[in-house]
Amino acid sequence: MNFDKSILKTFTGGVHPDEDGKSLTRDQKDISALLPRTVYIFMSQHIGAPAKPLVNKGDVVKKGQMIGESQGFVSAHVHASVSGKVVDVTPWPHPVTGTKSTAVIIESDGSDAWFEGCNVEDDIDAVPPEEIKRRIQLAGIVGLGGATFPTHIKLTPPKDKVIDTVVMNGAECEPFLTCDYRMMLDKPQEIIQGLKLVMKCIGCKNAHIGVEANKEDAYTLFRNMLSNEPQIKIDLMEVKYPQGAEHQIIKALLNREFKPTQLPLEVGAIVVNVGTVLAVYEAVKYKRPLIQRIVTITGNGVEKPQNFMVRLGTPIKQLLEEAKVVPNVNKIIFGGPMMGIAQVNIDAAVTVKGTGGVLVLKDAQRWESHACIRCGRCIDSCPYGLNPSELSIMSEAKEFDMALNNDVMECKECGCCSYICPAKRPIVHLIKFTKGELAKRKAKV
Amino acid sequence: MSDQAQNNNSLIVSASPHIRDIESIPRIMWTVVFALIPAGIAGVFTFGYYALYVILLSSITAVTTEAFILSFRKMPVMKTIKDGSALVTGILLAYTLPPSVPWYVPVVGSFFAISIVKHTFGGLGNNIWNPALAARAFLQIAYPAIINSDWRILKHPGVNKVVQNIVSVDSEGKLVDAITKATPLAKEAGAETYRLMQLLMGNIPGCIGETSTIALLLGGMYLIYRRYVNWFVPLCYIGSVFLLVLVLPPRVAVPWANNPTYHVFAGGLVLGAFFMATDMVTAPLTRKGLIIFALGCGVLTVLIRFYSGYPEGVCYSILLMNSATPLIDRYTKPKLYGTRKKKD
Repeated sequence: MNFDKSILKTFTGGVHPDEDGKSLTRDQKDISALLPRTVYIFMSQHIGAPAKPLVNKGDVVKKGQMIGESQGFVSAHVHASVSGKVVDVTPWPHPVTGTKSTAVIIESDGSDAWFEGCNVEDDIDAVPPEEIKRRIQLAGIVGLGGATFPTHIKLTPPKDKVIDTVVMNGAECEPFLTCDYRMMLDKPQEIIQGLKLVMKCIGCKNAHIGVEANKEDAYTLFRNMLSNEPQIKIDLMEVKYPQGAEHQIIKALLNREFKPTQLPLEVGAIVVNVGTVLAVYEAVKYKRPLIQRIVTITGNGVEKPQNFMVRLGTPIKQLLEEAKVVPNVNKIIFGGPMMGIAQVNIDAAVTVKGTGGVLVLKDAQRWESHACIRCGRCIDSCPYGLNPSELSIMSEAKEFDMALNNDVMECKECGCCSYICPAKRPIVHLIKFTKGELAKRKAKV
Repeated sequence: MSDQAQNNNSLIVSASPHIRDIESIPRIMWTVVFALIPAGIAGVFTFGYYALYVILLSSITAVTTEAFILSFRKMPVMKTIKDGSALVTGILLAYTLPPSVPWYVPVVGSFFAISIVKHTFGGLGNNIWNPALAARAFLQIAYPAIINSDWRILKHPGVNKVVQNIVSVDSEGKLVDAITKATPLAKEAGAETYRLMQLLMGNIPGCIGETSTIALLLGGMYLIYRRYVNWFVPLCYIGSVFLLVLVLPPRVAVPWANNPTYHVFAGGLVLGAFFMATDMVTAPLTRKGLIIFALGCGVLTVLIRFYSGYPEGVCYSILLMNSATPLIDRYTKPKLYGTRKKKD
């Protein structure tokens, strides 16, 4: 690295995982995965109300056709990712929630034909802001950094809030994942166009891009391309987890703070992920709905770690075969190692809009947990100023009210505390348990 | 509660995060044991093999007691024994004892430290006071003659015999019985004053593990390097002692009464500041809390040394600040992100 470390922007707290595993896939340009024979498309691939299925068993659908309609304010449309026949509309185990959730199962006819009206090029300069938002909504775009918040809602801030900066998140702080990095290297022009569309959509003059220092070539590429665009700033940030979380990237780039449960618009910013911005570009320029994304298939459980362009609803088994999964794999994680979700049933698991990576491990460890020795490392690492040690002990003691008074609901479950804990205490798990119990109690009242 | 379950595909299903830091409790505790070795070697070098005997007795009793109580409490025995925490307590207790103590003193002390101070409060992580220091305070009450005076005037015949063989040789080749002298901090008539070099090397009377400042600093600096010790704790503790010694009026006039370097190096301050005030379990959680804790230890140490009947104050000052730890924690809670005062 040939830059001065002191210029790196960052936040207080967080952790530095030593081996970030990014070297496995960082030099692999994405390749298209094989066209899946069957896709399982969930009606719930976003935060908010699940979409309502628009098709029935036996219907013939084409690629890009809307098959799930958004329900309520916070919700998003869902589209067919292949052309073919709907073989069933049925509950299917969801890889993120772990419970069964309605999915449309489509058997591909192999023709991969676009639905009428999709995939037509348009002059993006002529598209007015309202139309940009409408196309984003129609394309079913959600935050692709993992949170899957519907993007058109994010671009509809309340009237009393002024957004002065669009922050584009190129941090990709989760170890092992490189899909955002590859997008930045391979499609910088499109990403910048997409970012301008987002800015135009909400009438915001300034943008700020944050890239972690381990992606210096992406930073250099963008900085050179943006040399004549003073309204879009770009900065290198320290390699530290969770640098790409909304609170931390805003602190690093804009030096603004807001409470964990508050949204960035409280401080006049919105944060969009690189992948989301690229999806916006595709939606506005080509009227392509969100039916595919780059997924990093990585870890020591696959012989050929790869970045794949994957259709939504593709069975993970197919991707694992393409990446040459080794025998005796013992852990498969949707997402990165810090916040990803360990899969129970790998036969049923399929990709969803929020799946940026699948981490396959062959020698995943089990940790024996000890008593808390009050070392205070979790407190130093908590980016949100909580006391994870005490919250975990309160959870064990079922002192939920006490936890509530100690801001347990402000926890974002980033996992820094569990990661750093020398006693290997499952702190995040315990906090999630407390939050679940408090939510149950609230529902009863 | 377990966060891990296994399905029939033999996939591990556990809560995130799925990677963990390399640090662990056994790693921390065994590193502390390692860091204590130089001071132990210095102690044995100064006071003879009997000091090693005391260290071993204390350690073995601590570990055995821990194992016995764990099995009595139906807790996993090997897992906790292997983490080395009981061993640390055993060694630290021995380091705070005069080198001539009869065999039963470290045994009783270690048993008390592990059983009463540690396990009646719930075992590792739950004790309020540093077990080694609380046990030393207990021994001081239980065997006042041995702890307070007998390390200068040996009375115990059994020990005396052993001591005969462990006398050390001074610079002129003369045989001296190092342990029959008063602590360098004694203020009574006839007490000796020592040179700085002696204080640093540790060939002075004192407790087994406290005399050699250089050996203690070696271990302490290593712990700081490994980040098991926050550097500002020993700094605030020793720094506050240093400053207060300069400004407070002494009760008894001795040549070194207001000599800060003498106060820092002569007693148990370096051992206490690096290895006991930094005990994670009994010290506050946050950095702010640790600074208050360390400053409090410094103030109390000087007050006890200057104005009480005891020549040494490190043990009681840390124990008193241990008692204040929950209170300090309460007032130094981390502040929720986004509610801090904005800098404009």
